[in-house]
Formats: sequence, structure tokens, C-alpha cells
Amino acid sequence: MTGFSALLARDLRLVWRRPGDVMVVLAFFVVATVLFPLGIGPETNLLARIAAGILWCAALFAALLSLERLFAADYEDGALDLLLLAPWPLELAALAKCLAHWIVTGLPLALLAPLMGLLFGLSGEALWAVAATLLVGTPALSLIGGLAAALTLGARRGGALLALLALPLCVPTLIFGAGAVEAVAIGEGFLTHLAILGALALLSLATLPWAIAAALRQAGE
Amino acid sequence: MTELEVTGLSCRRGGRPVVRNISFTLARGELLALTGRNGSGKTTLLRALALLVTADEGAIRWQGTDIRHDRDGWRRQIAWLGHLDGLKGDLSVRENLATACHLRETPAIRVDDALAAFDLTLLANRAARTLSAGQRRRAALARVAAADAPLWLLDEPLNALDAPSQAALRTALGDHLAAGGLAIAATHAPIDVPNARVLELA
Amino acid sequence: MASLHVLANPARFRRFSQRVLPALSVVTALALAVGLWLALIESPPDYQQGETVRIMFIHVPSAWLSMMGYGLLAALGASLLVWRHPLAALMARGAAPVGAVFAAVCLLTGSLWGRPMWGTYWVWDARLTSMLLLFFLYLGHIALSRAYDDSERGDRAAAILALVGVINLPVIKFSVDWWNTLHQPASVMKLGGPSIDPSILTPLLVMAVALLLLFIVLVMLRTETEIDRRRLEAAEMAL
Repeated sequence: MTGFSALLARDLRLVWRRPGDVMVVLAFFVVATVLFPLGIGPETNLLARIAAGILWCAALFAALLSLERLFAADYEDGALDLLLLAPWPLELAALAKCLAHWIVTGLPLALLAPLMGLLFGLSGEALWAVAATLLVGTPALSLIGGLAAALTLGARRGGALLALLALPLCVPTLIFGAGAVEAVAIGEGFLTHLAILGALALLSLATLPWAIAAALRQAGE
Repeated sequence: MTELEVTGLSCRRGGRPVVRNISFTLARGELLALTGRNGSGKTTLLRALALLVTADEGAIRWQGTDIRHDRDGWRRQIAWLGHLDGLKGDLSVRENLATACHLRETPAIRVDDALAAFDLTLLANRAARTLSAGQRRRAALARVAAADAPLWLLDEPLNALDAPSQAALRTALGDHLAAGGLAIAATHAPIDVPNARVLELA
Repeated sequence: MASLHVLANPARFRRFSQRVLPALSVVTALALAVGLWLALIESPPDYQQGETVRIMFIHVPSAWLSMMGYGLLAALGASLLVWRHPLAALMARGAAPVGAVFAAVCLLTGSLWGRPMWGTYWVWDARLTSMLLLFFLYLGHIALSRAYDDSERGDRAAAILALVGVINLPVIKFSVDWWNTLHQPASVMKLGGPSIDPSILTPLLVMAVALLLLFIVLVMLRTETEIDRRRLEAAEMAL
């Protein structure tokens, strides 16, 4: 069994033993999404137009919620040292952790968001766009958030600082993700957006594991 | 035959020297006890040996080669016990040990023997968070024993251990050294093991 | 006094900056005086926007300098992570607030410039929005570097952030530009047509140089402060 798969399996097993942690994040997503119509008003046309942005923003905040614990648990119980001492690249370990985060957060959000989209009166094709763009866009969020989590390990006000660091870097993904759903709403295709989201995901994949590994090594010093 | 050679190792933390020009050698079957007061740099020295902390000066050689030329290779040679236990609370003791072996890309064949050596066989399927501090420390030591690594780096291994557990540690260490292993332990109390040397850090 | 070993490089810089700063400050003040005179008095008012176009002479160089400042943070970050230069950490700490202030000035002047035209203090123009995000990146860098009791840890974390941020800046700019053209017609903030009139170019360049000198002076001053602060910390810990 390779180290990468051992780490991935371990993290998934840990989440399986405490499913409440994931449920809370998804519940937050639902509550946050519902908050907007309550704050803005129930006018269906307006809601349909802003649904894309709301769903994406709520998904972003929900994903951020669970990121604080991504490395903090390992940092607090000493398991991070064991990862730093593993005889295989730390960049792969960072990737495994972010992948585990995506599987338990990004993936469920991508499946849950279209259901919320129904509350906003989105059309069938728009709902597909919501699911597809979240599926392709959330990996980048897990990686960016993973970097912010690694950089703020052991910092004061870690949670708020994590959001401050991650949110500006998530803006490109947010713009193209929400933009895709709006494109569908006005009758255009969303494949360009999807392609750009994919490119952003690849860019994150190509750069962030190294940054996350560097940040984790700093935490071990 | 000298396996580990440390020359002139120095580390600074926050601009102040914490490890000052430490040199020693260690041969197979030897234990080096690092003693000294709190804050004398024992933990920093251990972390520098494990390459968790970057030393400012000095060299660490394993079998003649600088360990920084093959970091992953060096990581295969060491098993680490830090201040913290490194156990995941929601996994059972056995799962913790097995996962630790897999994370080192070592087959988990010595897990049961290690559990037995530290009298954890009956607790093997309990979640780690249900164990007492002493039991968790034993589990962490069992993790080290199961790792199948020649050099053990132990930070305060006797902490939280009762008398029978300390005896188990002595036995496990003795077996490890007798089989040609090496160990470096930062400790307040003496570890009563044959071939033990002491390095006092000022 | 082993802490002096660590600060050897910064000490050399401090001596250098103490020698250079007085003269440099005078040159900066002169350049600012000339630039402001050209901008406020000599150059003609814009036929469309009247006198308020003069704000542009501060707004545009501020934008350039805030972007350059972040590039500086990234370069210093690389220098810290690769060569472990202690001076790089201290200069990054000193320069980040300066760059952030230039970004804030750019936002404020942009808002003031736009008020007479748009009727509101803010419009989600692509460049202003990008500058706002750059300002947030600065805030993140400043907050991160000061979030740790161990200042070395904060410096290195901020260095990593600066490197990731500098790669992301073009991506952010590209996506904000795209977002803006999708949602709004093209920006109203033009510099006066397809080609920049020389009567505007000269004051603009002079102001740019003057503000660049000001940037350098401020960074040097703040770096000196950070060097002194680090020395004080080291002395306190040695007691």
C-alpha cells in the first residue's frame, strides 16, 4: 500500500467515524443558502438571477468552514510530525489531504447544490451547470483552502485569518463558476467556463501542493 | 562500527543558539541519552537529527554519507517518538499502528509483536481516545517498535509511564539494541540499558 | 551576543540606509514638489472631466507602485525561503504596509475621481475591483506575518503566501476583467483616448518617479524600524 493511499484511506476512515463533522458543513450550506431569499425577498425572477452567485458563495463559505481542521488535528496530536517524516514526498501527502477534503466536502456540495437550486427556480440545464461547475471548481477550493490552512497552523485567530487568505485567491473560481450558471440562464453554453474552471484546477494542482508542503515544513520547525 | 556521526551541529531559534556545536558518534547496539535541563535544546537536537528542524551548522552522517543527500532514505532509517503521541483518537490502537507502518511504506508485520511487547494486546481494538495518558504513551512506543527502523529517536520516552511500562520499554530497547539497532533518547531520568552513554546538554 | 550573527546582514543595510536616507529624502521631496506642480498647475484640465482628472496623477502611479510592491514582496519571499536572508524577512515586513497604503490610496483616489462622473463613491470597475483584491492580499500578508509569536515562522509563512499570491495576481486580474465585461459596459475610466497626450504624459511620469522615490524612502525607513524591533526582541530574550 503506498503512503498516499494509506493517508487518504486514513482520513476518509476518520471522517466515516465522525460523520457529524461533514453533516454540519452541509447543513450550514443549506441554512446559508436559505438565508438569502429571506434577506432579499421571495420575488422569483430576482432569485433566479442571483441564484448562481448565492449557491457558489454559500458553497465557498461551507468549504472554508471545514478547512480549519484539515491540518490542525494532525498538528495538535503530533500526527503531522509523522507525515513530515514519511519517506515519500510531502507534496503527495498534501495532495492526499486535500483530496480527502474534497471527497467529503466539495463532492457532496456539488451534489447538494442543484437541490438548493430548485428552491431558486433554476431550469434543468442551469441545475446541471451548477453541479458540473461545482464538481470541477471545488478541487481548486480544497487546494487553496488547504494552503491557507497550512499557513495558519498554530497562528492566533487562525480561523478568520484562514478565510482572509483563502477568499481572494478563490475569486477566479467563483467568477467562472457562478458565471457559468448565469450563461446558461441567458441561453448561452457554459463549456468555456467549465474549461477555464478545469484550467484553474490544473494550475492549482501544479503549484499549490508545493506551497502547502513548504508551509507544513514551516509548521514543523 | 560507527553508523551515525554528528559533527558540529548547531541550531538557532529566534536568533538565539539552542544547540551549540554538538558532536558525537553512535555505533550499532548503542543508546545515547541526552540529558540536561528544560530548554537545554534536547528536543531541538532530536528534531534536527530527524530533519524536522533545519540545522544552521554541522553535518549528520549515516554510514559515511551526509543524510541531506537522501532525505527520504534517512527517513526510512528513523522511527520517531515526539512529545505528542501521534495517535489518531478515533482509530483503534491496532489501526493506529498499522496506519503508521503504511505511512512509512513498511509492511505492518510487526504490529502484533509490538502490541504484545507493551502489553497492549487486550487494548488493541479500543479507540485511542479512550486510553489513559500512560496507555497512549505505550501505544506510541509500540508504534516505534513496529516501525522496523534501525535508529529510534525518542523524546522523553519515560514520561507518563508506570513502573511495569518502564520495564517494558527497557526490554524493548534492549531487544532493539541487541538486534543491532541504535537509539537516541532525550530524558530526565536515566534509562537503565546496557551500552548506554550520556550526553549532557548545557 | 550571538544574535548579532543573525543580524549581520540587516546591520549592514541599516548602516547603508542611515547614510543614504537623508539625501534620498531631499531628492524625493524635490521630485514630489516638481511632480505636484506639473500635475496641479501646469497640465491642462481635461475637456470632459475638468479639474478632477488631476487625481489621476496620483491614482495611476499608486496603482503601479502597489503592484510593484507585491512583486517586491514575492521577490523578498523567494530570497528568504531559498537563501534564508534575514534582511529579506525584515524588509518584507517593512514593505507590506507601504504597498498596502499605496493600494488604499489608489482605491481612495479612484473613488474620488469617479464620484463626479458616476454619482457614487464606488463602481465595480474591473481595475478598481482588481485593486481591491490586491489590497486584500496585502492585508492577508500583513496579518499572517504578525500572527505568530515566533516571528520567523510568520515571516516564512508570509513569504510562501506572497509567492502564491504573485502567481495568482494575473489570474485574478484576468477573471475580474472577464467578469466586468460580462456584467457591465467597458470602463469609463479612460486616460483620455487611445493615445496619451504628451501634456499629460510628462506630469504622469514625473509623479510616477516621485512616488517611486517616496516608496523607496518609506520602505527603507520601515525596514530600519523592523531591524530595530527584531534587535530589541533578541535582546529581551537574551536577558
